[in-house]
Amino acid sequence: MDLAELSAGDLIPLIETREISCREVMESVLCKIESCESVVQAYILVRPRKVLIAEAEAVDKRRKKGDPIGPLAGLPIAIKDNICTKGIKTTCASRILEKFVPPYNATVVDRILDADGIIIGKTNLDEFAMGSSTENSAFRITRNPHNPDRVPGGTSGGSAAAIGAHETILAVGSDTGGSIRQPASFCGVVGVKPTYGRVSRYGLIAYGSSLDQIGALTKNVHDAALLLGVLAGRDAQDSTCLSEPVPDFLEAEKSIRRMRVGVPQEYFAEGLDPGVRACVENAIDVFRQGGHQIVPVSLPHTEYAVPAYYICACAEASSNLARYDGMKYGLRIGGKDLAETYIKTRAEGFGPEVKRRIILGTYALSAGYYDAYYLKAMKTRALIAGDFEAAFDKCEVLVHPVAPSPAFKVGEKIDDPLAMYLGDIYSVIANLVGFPAISVPCGKTSDGLPVGLQIGAKPMDELTMFHAAFWLEAALANNGSGGATRS
Amino acid sequence: MKITREEVQRVAALARLQFSPEEEEVLTGQLDKILQYVEKLNQLDTTGVEPRAHAVDVVNVFREDRVSPSPPLEELLANVPEQEGCFFRVPKIIEQ
Repeated sequence: MDLAELSAGDLIPLIETREISCREVMESVLCKIESCESVVQAYILVRPRKVLIAEAEAVDKRRKKGDPIGPLAGLPIAIKDNICTKGIKTTCASRILEKFVPPYNATVVDRILDADGIIIGKTNLDEFAMGSSTENSAFRITRNPHNPDRVPGGTSGGSAAAIGAHETILAVGSDTGGSIRQPASFCGVVGVKPTYGRVSRYGLIAYGSSLDQIGALTKNVHDAALLLGVLAGRDAQDSTCLSEPVPDFLEAEKSIRRMRVGVPQEYFAEGLDPGVRACVENAIDVFRQGGHQIVPVSLPHTEYAVPAYYICACAEASSNLARYDGMKYGLRIGGKDLAETYIKTRAEGFGPEVKRRIILGTYALSAGYYDAYYLKAMKTRALIAGDFEAAFDKCEVLVHPVAPSPAFKVGEKIDDPLAMYLGDIYSVIANLVGFPAISVPCGKTSDGLPVGLQIGAKPMDELTMFHAAFWLEAALANNGSGGATRS
Repeated sequence: MKITREEVQRVAALARLQFSPEEEEVLTGQLDKILQYVEKLNQLDTTGVEPRAHAVDVVNVFREDRVSPSPPLEELLANVPEQEGCFFRVPKIIEQ
């Protein structure tokens, strides 16, 4: 039995009964990394073997003594490299932070450590979380574990690929416009973005502050509910973090209830890959056959979501990335004076996609253009939110494809930024509106490429979202069309 | 044209960025295409719509005005590009 290929839900009972040790799990995962990493390239940094084994053994020792062990049970967790880890290099896949070592942990990292998770390494991403393929990393291209000619998706491509290739048991990512859900869909794994404000952003290096959320990438829905439960909850360090109590997301596995499943008509127009359509329509059929009511709904402002998103996100990014000026941390390239130092540092340090978005954002906010672009986008955002409120009157969950295509080829879209942006058409809405959404594998195309179904619920209603996700995962496994690792 | 090279230069200066002439050419073309696409938002009638900058309703958060310890200076200065004593050493900011 290859321990690295099991889920947290499978491993934890075996660890608790001492059939296996945390050390054995860590060894198995490190072995997998050794055999896969040269192709997959999921990691920017893997912590030293000696240290990881020692940390795993320390948990084993404590368990032997009878000490209480946290819910992450000494399992390895990969962290996307835009999340600060004290003493461990955090680069955002950018030259401007290539040598940056944070002096503090992100709140989610502290929570993982308190829960006895072991941080195995930092995963690759598109630079500063800007992109949809992980090709914008300054350091390496991550490959899809199902097909090395294909992208893993982005921007949490490293975390998704690491889960898909069994190079970790659990992983953390971030999602601003689909950056957890789309790579989860492309790599055939589960990816969940919580309600905006459920998880603290303290220590998440900011891209679009009103859109960013940290979430989980895992082998199945159970592990996602487990990990999200550890990450979520109020945090005094992040004033956008909600103070509402966090329910036990694992409870959603137990409830049995028939739901009204909303299907937005606009998401099934032309442009949807036939392989994706087939898998998603099959999943909807499975809901129907299981006694759930399928409710067609309309989201009339769908076509305005991508432009509204890119204006908002780029505007916020242009502000958030102003801090990279070479003065207090990160790369500094000296010029003849202050102005030249700023310019040279940023010109050298940022990659092309980051620069593109900063320029777009600065333009949208600049005098004379603010009303036409940024203000217009904010108003569009309000209308889009209105669509969702109306839809959630008619259903408990909304289901649709995560992306219009399965994983595309490496290099296929990188020279056409607009084509890359249009792939986000179904995913950005969850960030604009702030509702929780999960991608659950629902089959593969005839080329063997995974497809994910997005299940979204009302803000704060992760329990209903998880309930639908648990139900679907089990139903798909029963009728042989699923793709996740069973717990 | 939705955006010219001159505008790209102007905006680049605002953002403290600079591009080679070749990069500028490519970038202007890409931004033009993107802005033409984004133009679609003007089809939408948003009269009377309140702008929404936040995903969910947020209220300002306050805490007690209590001093708590800061991390040690050496930790905070560990990533400084150029250091002098306990200061960040930076290019001259104010011209005489």
